[in-house]
Amino acid sequence: MTTVVPAAPEPAEAAPPDGTRTLEGSSIGDRIYRTLTTAFAVAIPVLLVFIAFEVVAAAWPALRQFGVGFLTSSEWDPVRLQFGAAPMIYGTIVSSVLALILAAPLAIGVAIWLSEFSPRWLRQPVSFLVDLLAAIPSVVYGLWGIFVLLPILRETIMPFLRDTLGLGNTPFFTGPAYGNSMLGAAVILAIMILPYISAVSREVLMAVPRSQREAALAMGATKWEMIRDAVVPYARSGILGGIILGLGRALGETMAVTMLIGNRHEISASLFAPGYTLASVIANEFAEATNELHTSALMACGAVLLFVTLVVNAIARWLVWSVGREPKS
Amino acid sequence: MTARVHARAPRPRSLRARRLVNVAMSGLLGVAAILATLPLLFLLWHLLREGATSIDLAFFTRMPKPVGESGGGMANAIVGTLILVGTATSIGLPVGIGAGLYLAEQRGARLATSVRFLSDVLNGMPSIVMGIFAWHILVRPVGHFSALAGGAALGAMMIPLVTRATEEMVRTVPTALREAALALGYPRWRTSVAIVLRTALPGIVTAALVAIARIAGETAPLLFTSFGNQFWSTSLGEPIAALPHQIYEYAKSPYDDWHRLAWAGSLVLIGLVLIISVLARFVTRSRHGGVGD
Repeated sequence: MTTVVPAAPEPAEAAPPDGTRTLEGSSIGDRIYRTLTTAFAVAIPVLLVFIAFEVVAAAWPALRQFGVGFLTSSEWDPVRLQFGAAPMIYGTIVSSVLALILAAPLAIGVAIWLSEFSPRWLRQPVSFLVDLLAAIPSVVYGLWGIFVLLPILRETIMPFLRDTLGLGNTPFFTGPAYGNSMLGAAVILAIMILPYISAVSREVLMAVPRSQREAALAMGATKWEMIRDAVVPYARSGILGGIILGLGRALGETMAVTMLIGNRHEISASLFAPGYTLASVIANEFAEATNELHTSALMACGAVLLFVTLVVNAIARWLVWSVGREPKS
Repeated sequence: MTARVHARAPRPRSLRARRLVNVAMSGLLGVAAILATLPLLFLLWHLLREGATSIDLAFFTRMPKPVGESGGGMANAIVGTLILVGTATSIGLPVGIGAGLYLAEQRGARLATSVRFLSDVLNGMPSIVMGIFAWHILVRPVGHFSALAGGAALGAMMIPLVTRATEEMVRTVPTALREAALALGYPRWRTSVAIVLRTALPGIVTAALVAIARIAGETAPLLFTSFGNQFWSTSLGEPIAALPHQIYEYAKSPYDDWHRLAWAGSLVLIGLVLIISVLARFVTRSRHGGVGD
């Protein structure tokens, strides 16, 4: 992330292809234009480095005082000034991974259906409806979650999982069904990341060459065998990139999760129990943090979140790009 | 990329069984497609049912009433959202378009490659982190919350969205157009601005609208920057109310009346986002033959 060296391509650009320097080619207007666009382009890495630097600097007092204990301790007590973010880290990972488990099969399923089975006239409307999920503001998901999703989970799904399916014997589905829970957060997250995974998967599937499909069909494969053996393997790394992109979204999602997860600083194996995430502890406590160390500890939560999502996103982008297509956002 | 030969041994299965699997999987994928569209339909249906009855003229023109008094509206939050989005756009749009032009024109340069990559990474950054960052550099030193800090946080989030979309749109402009202008003696900068940018304009407008729709619904970056305001304020230096933030406050509250306002606010917010999105599609379709799809 130290590549903030502008103006490298300058000399090659200044001269027209024939090597002669035209009057206009070196005009002041050109120079202003190039400086301006380069400056705006450089602004992006600079902004990213600035954000990372400032957040870490603000988090430093807490990180220095608690060291590794910040990541491993479960004690979060603003009164006694003890801060350990383990429950939040646990909650962030569990809710996101659970959301992926729920969303990925569905998202890839729609993507395959859209690229291989959908009648032409249905393709546009269905992809529009799925993509629209990404346009719904997080806070609206939260509102819907509180008043529609949580009651359904509390009254129908949780008792069903625990009693009817008998999963109550396992540690994961025990305890009273409050509604506000890790499961609630994971379900809303799954709905929210579904459009991201399906959009990327759809694009890479559509980019699989026709010849790949025709070859499989010509060898006598059924349509499903064609998809399984010729299409999906070809698009695999792109699909994986889409899934990891979805993971990045889920890890950093704030509002809907804060409204549904129950916000409790405890690690519990049960998905029915409330939890906490890094993003939601910031959303809940930041405005009320009066002590410097408390603010710094919350900043440290932000720093941890920032670095995890940066790494996850970098991996996802790299995978999507490596499919060998034009990079696309 | 060479075609991948899949090393799976042929299975001695009857054609009947294979066809059966084929039908079953087709059905399963169809079910996935139906399941994936259901959440949106559910959500929109609930929004309409709960929110529509509460939306009237007063909702747009009146201020929020204290707890216990029914009625009232969210005029200040609606205006606040418009101001915040305006501030964000005036930051995010110029930077994004400039950077996008650079990326499209310096396609192969090493700086362009890393900017492209980092812009995607910035796009994936959690919005709450942008919120605490903006608080740290724009609120903490001044000592009070401000609409400007909120707008700046949203504007920074807009930059990568506009950048990548501008780049893509500028790339769709045929090289012949650029060459023709240069051959006629146009300087490079005028070629870029008057010919290339002009041709890509509908696509860029679309991209800008999509980006605006995205940030208009953001709450997390506003929690500690614009903070919210019960009163009427249009000043950039003061805390300001915003629709998504207000929905959050109302949804958390224990009062039925506020819940009603939260649903109505959500419906208005979704309406705003959808109108902008549809407008965006319309702009591209009418001028550009649907390139922006």
